[in-house]
Amino acid sequence: MAPGLPAARSSPWPISSWRPTAHAVVGLLFGAAAILVIAAVAVVWWAAVWSLVTGPTGGWYLAVIYAATAVAGPVVVLLCGPVFGALQRLRFRWLLGVDIPPAPWPAALPWRSSASWRQLGYHLLAPFIGIGAALVAVCWSAVGLAILLLANRTDGSSPARTVLTGLGVAVPAGVLLTVAPFLAHALARVDQRVAVPLLGVSRADLLSLQVDALSRSRSEIVAATDAERRRIERDLHDGAQQRLVSLAMNLGMARASLGDAPGPASDAIRQAHEEAMVALAELREFVRGLHPAVLNDRGLDAALSGIAARAPLPVKLRVDVAARCSPTIEAVAYFVVSEALTNVAKHARAGHAEVTVTRAADRLRVVVTDDGVGGATTGPAGTGGGTGLRGLAQRAAAVDGTLTVRSPAGGPTTITAELPCES
Amino acid sequence: MRVVIAEDSVLLRAGLTKLLTDGGFEVAAAVPDAEGLLRAVAEHHPDLAVVDVRMPPTHTDEGIRAALVLRREHPDVAVLVLSQYVEERYAHDLLSVSTAGVGYLLKDRVAQVSDFLDALRRVAAGGTALDPEVVAQLLVRRRDDPLDRLTPRESHVLRLMAEGRSNNGIVDELRVSHSAVEKYISSIFGKLDLPTSDIDHRRVLAVLRYLES
Repeated sequence: MAPGLPAARSSPWPISSWRPTAHAVVGLLFGAAAILVIAAVAVVWWAAVWSLVTGPTGGWYLAVIYAATAVAGPVVVLLCGPVFGALQRLRFRWLLGVDIPPAPWPAALPWRSSASWRQLGYHLLAPFIGIGAALVAVCWSAVGLAILLLANRTDGSSPARTVLTGLGVAVPAGVLLTVAPFLAHALARVDQRVAVPLLGVSRADLLSLQVDALSRSRSEIVAATDAERRRIERDLHDGAQQRLVSLAMNLGMARASLGDAPGPASDAIRQAHEEAMVALAELREFVRGLHPAVLNDRGLDAALSGIAARAPLPVKLRVDVAARCSPTIEAVAYFVVSEALTNVAKHARAGHAEVTVTRAADRLRVVVTDDGVGGATTGPAGTGGGTGLRGLAQRAAAVDGTLTVRSPAGGPTTITAELPCES
Repeated sequence: MRVVIAEDSVLLRAGLTKLLTDGGFEVAAAVPDAEGLLRAVAEHHPDLAVVDVRMPPTHTDEGIRAALVLRREHPDVAVLVLSQYVEERYAHDLLSVSTAGVGYLLKDRVAQVSDFLDALRRVAAGGTALDPEVVAQLLVRRRDDPLDRLTPRESHVLRLMAEGRSNNGIVDELRVSHSAVEKYISSIFGKLDLPTSDIDHRRVLAVLRYLES
C-alpha cells in the first residue's frame, strides 16, 4: 500500500464506507427535496402564467395573485439555488469532510448572480446523481432483500430446488454487497467533481474575494505603520526629548553660574551646552518628521503651515479642506508635501514653491509646484533624485491614490497627488 | 514674582522649579496636568503660569486649552507656553484673546538660561515672547496676502517685532539707526492697513492681522 493514500481509498470495505454511503443517501433526500420544491414552484408559476394568458376568471384580486406569482416564481426558483446549495455544502462538510467555500450570497438581484444559476444547475443534475445513490442503497441492502425473498419462497419446494434458488439469490446478493463500497466511493468522487465548481465559488468570485482580502490587509498594514510611527513619536517625545531638554537646561545653568570665566572646565561646559542644543534641534526635526502631533489635533492646514515655515525657500500655502479625511490619508498628504518641499530645496534651485490642498467630494488633491530647473522623476534609483518621489508614489498607491510628476527639463515642476478621502 | 508650573515630565518639572528659583522667581506650585494648573492658579493667584502643551490625559493640546481658560478667567495672570514643537495654529489661538502677557516658546529655549529668564520677566510684565519659529510660521505667506507688499527688510523687521523685540532690540539686531527702524515700522503699519494709535499692541497685531485676512 502506498504511504499517504487515504485509508478510505486503499480499503473501502467495510468501515470506511459508511460516510460515502450516508453522503449518497442524504444527497438523494436533499436532491429530491430541492427538485420537488423547484418543480412545485414551476408548476404553480406555469399555471399562473397560463391563467394570465388565457384571461383570468373570477375577481380582479385573482389576476393580481396570478401576476404576483408569475413575477415571484422565477425569483423563488433562483433563490432555491443558494438555499439548497448551502444544505448540500453542509452535507459535503459533515459526511465527506470536504469544505466547499461558499459563493457570496446574491447581493440584491438573484438573477444577476452567476452563483445562483450554478447552484440551481447542481440541483437539476442532482436527480442523475440520485440514480447512483439509489443503486448504492440497493447494493447495500441486497443481502437483506435476498433473505426476505428466500423467506417467502421456502414453503412447498423441494430441498434441492431451495438450495439452487438460495444460491441463485445469495450469489448475486454477495456480489452486490462487495461492489457497494466501491460504488459508494466512486459516486462520492463524481458528486464532488460536479459539486465543487457548481456549489462553490467561481474563479472570478474567488479572485474578487482575494482582491478584497488583499486590499483590506494592505490598508491594515498602512494603518499599522502609521500607528507605529505615532507610537515612536510619542515615546521619543516623552523620553529622550525631555531628558535632552533637562540635560541642556542643567548645562545652561552651569554655564550661567560660571559666567565668562576662562578655563578648561568652563570651555568644556560651553561646548557640551552647545552640542546639547544642536542635538535637541536635530532630534526635534527627526521626531516631528515621524508624525506631527498637530496633524491629529488640528488637521492638515495647521500641520502644513509648520513645514511651509521651515522650508528654506518662500512657500505659498492654500489649504481648502472643509471636512477632514482619515488620519492615514492626512498623513500621506502631509508626507507628500513634506517630501516634495525637501526635494525642491535639494534639487530644484527654485525661488518659490506653492502648495495647494483641495478636496472635491471624495478626492483629496495635493499639488506642489516650484519654479525650479525641473527634471524630477519617480523613476528607479540611480536616474537622479527619484528615490524620494518614488517612495511617495508608493505611499500614495498603498492607499489607492496616485502621484504624478510633471517636470520638463528647465522647469517648472508640478507634483500632484490624488488621494481617496472618505469621511 | 510668583509662578505656577504645569509640566508632566517629573524631570523637567524639577529642573524648571530649580531654574526659576535660582533666577529669583518664587515657585508657588508645580503640577503635572491641566486640571492641577487651573486649581493652583485659582489658589495661589500667581503673576505667571508656565505651561507645557502636551499633558495628560490625551497628550495633545491640553496645555493650550488650559492656557486659553486662564486667559479668559484670570486675565491678570501672564501665561508662557512651552512645547517641543511650536505650531502656528496654537500661537494663533493663544494670541487671539489678547497679545499682552503671553508667550510661546520652544522647550529648547529653557537651556539659554538668561534669555529664557528675560522672556519670563517680559511676559510677566505684560509683554510678549514668541519663539522665532512661531513667528516664521505666522509669516508663512498665504495667497493674496498683504505681506507680499512688504520688502524683505520690512519682513525682517516685522519678524523681530513679533518676537517681542523693542525698537532698541531691532536697532541692535539690524545695526541700523533708530529713525530707520521707525520708518520701517510705520511703513509696515501702512502696508498692513493698521491704524496709527496704540503703538504697542499694533506691533503684534501687525503679525495677526494678515492671518485673519
